[in-house]
Amino acid sequence: MIEIRGLEKFYGSLQVLKGIDLDVPNGEVLSIIGASGSGKSTLLYCINALEAIEAGSVVVDGIDVHAKGTDINALRQKLGMVFQQWNSFPHLTTLQNVALAPQIVKGKSKAESREIAARQLEHVGLGDKFDVYPSALSGGQQQRLAIARALAMEPEYMLFDEATSALDPELVGEVLDTMRLLAEEGMTMICVTHEMSFARDVSDRVAFFHQGVIEEIDTPAEIFGSPKSEHLQKFLSNIR
Amino acid sequence: MEPTASFFFDFRISDLWFLAEAAWRTLLISTLSITIGTALGVVFGWMLFEGRWAAVLILGPLLDVFRSVPLIIQLVLFYNFAPIIGLILDPFLSGVVILSIYCAALVANVARGGMEAVSPSMRRAARSLGMSYWQDLRYVVLPIGTRAVFPSWVGVALGVMKDSALVSVLGYVELLKASQILITRTQEPLLILTIAGAFYFALSYPISRYAASLEKRWAS
Ligand SMILES: Nc1ncnc2c1ncn2[C@@H]1O[C@H](COP(=O)(O)OP(=O)(O)OP(=O)(O)O)[C@@H](O)[C@H]1O
Ligand SMILES: [Mg+2]
Repeated sequence: MIEIRGLEKFYGSLQVLKGIDLDVPNGEVLSIIGASGSGKSTLLYCINALEAIEAGSVVVDGIDVHAKGTDINALRQKLGMVFQQWNSFPHLTTLQNVALAPQIVKGKSKAESREIAARQLEHVGLGDKFDVYPSALSGGQQQRLAIARALAMEPEYMLFDEATSALDPELVGEVLDTMRLLAEEGMTMICVTHEMSFARDVSDRVAFFHQGVIEEIDTPAEIFGSPKSEHLQKFLSNIR
Repeated sequence: MEPTASFFFDFRISDLWFLAEAAWRTLLISTLSITIGTALGVVFGWMLFEGRWAAVLILGPLLDVFRSVPLIIQLVLFYNFAPIIGLILDPFLSGVVILSIYCAALVANVARGGMEAVSPSMRRAARSLGMSYWQDLRYVVLPIGTRAVFPSWVGVALGVMKDSALVSVLGYVELLKASQILITRTQEPLLILTIAGAFYFALSYPISRYAASLEKRWAS
């Protein structure tokens, strides 16, 4: 379970998150939508401490993420993250990309790491690409590689930051399908997304961000069917 | 009157050996300086990259000095002033010290460039997998950065090898100094400079070839 209380984040004098309260129970798929610059990515970075916070707290499975003395590298293994830029390690083959972290972070043997990597690559449909370098993969394949790389750490939560935004339209589907597969397997997911169909069809709840606050959070049916806040209504009508 | 034929053919096999030995000394001093200089330079480059105030205020300007003052002046000054602070170094060691620092100053910039070539987003991805700062540096930044700036580093290394000729001003008999000695004796500058040039080429060509093959392998 992820519990966020009164979270505030500043970049210099700019307040990007203005008191976020949010609980994400295990097994839930939460989509986050909202205009550019509203603080969606920043929230994800604060959840796995890629960014420090100024006030409030983030607690994951009872562990205070931002407390002094928290083993953040251990905690991050619970929180897989996939970015807009797919960030494949260009000097490693597909299999090595996925096997690296299990080997050096978890200290697994080389053989075992490769086994895990092979399994996760099969999982995301890259079973025939073990020995190619990322430069030979399409954007969609590289993003699935990034998902496999995160899954290889056996996380309990997955954070997706606009995983499909940098992709050519014809490649979006394969990545969304992979995310849908994870959701069906019961993974707890927080997905910042501009894909309204994904938010509507796959998530249990949708949160609408507006200028650093969660302005509305509800089931997809409510958010898309009868949006209450004016900003959300405007946001949705701009998208359609 | 006896014609002194030997005057024109004074270049003996033993002279070739003399040149080969000198080439070995060039190789020795260059390899040592490039190795030490590169190791130091990567650390300096990392400090500049991290941008702590000490690095910015002290290290940066200091390296600028070593990069911009002509090497020959650095060598002579160091060789003559080192004894004052109690450092008695022979020409070879003085050469290694100055060439290493000079090489480090050049490599620092190259190394910083390499680290800057790795996007913050890539590093976040590495950290999000649970890698520590040092694991990220070792397994992600170093290999990616190295590939990005490797050609520049090869340029620096070959430059330092050629510049090692300047250590001859301290009396270290490396390839260029040896050539001068032979030219004075045999009066055959063209022959001897051609041979010396061939030696320099023989020293650097394998490095260039090896570098090119590495780059090709990385490009795949
Ligand atoms: N490292 C940073 N330094 C300073 N300001 C930043 C930094 N990162 C983000 N910001 C600012 O914080 C605000 C929120 O950014 P954030 O990336 O969280 O928005 P977002 O909702 O993810 O938008 P997008 O849909 O464009 O990704 C923006 O105004 C942005 O300019
Ligand atoms: Mg964003």
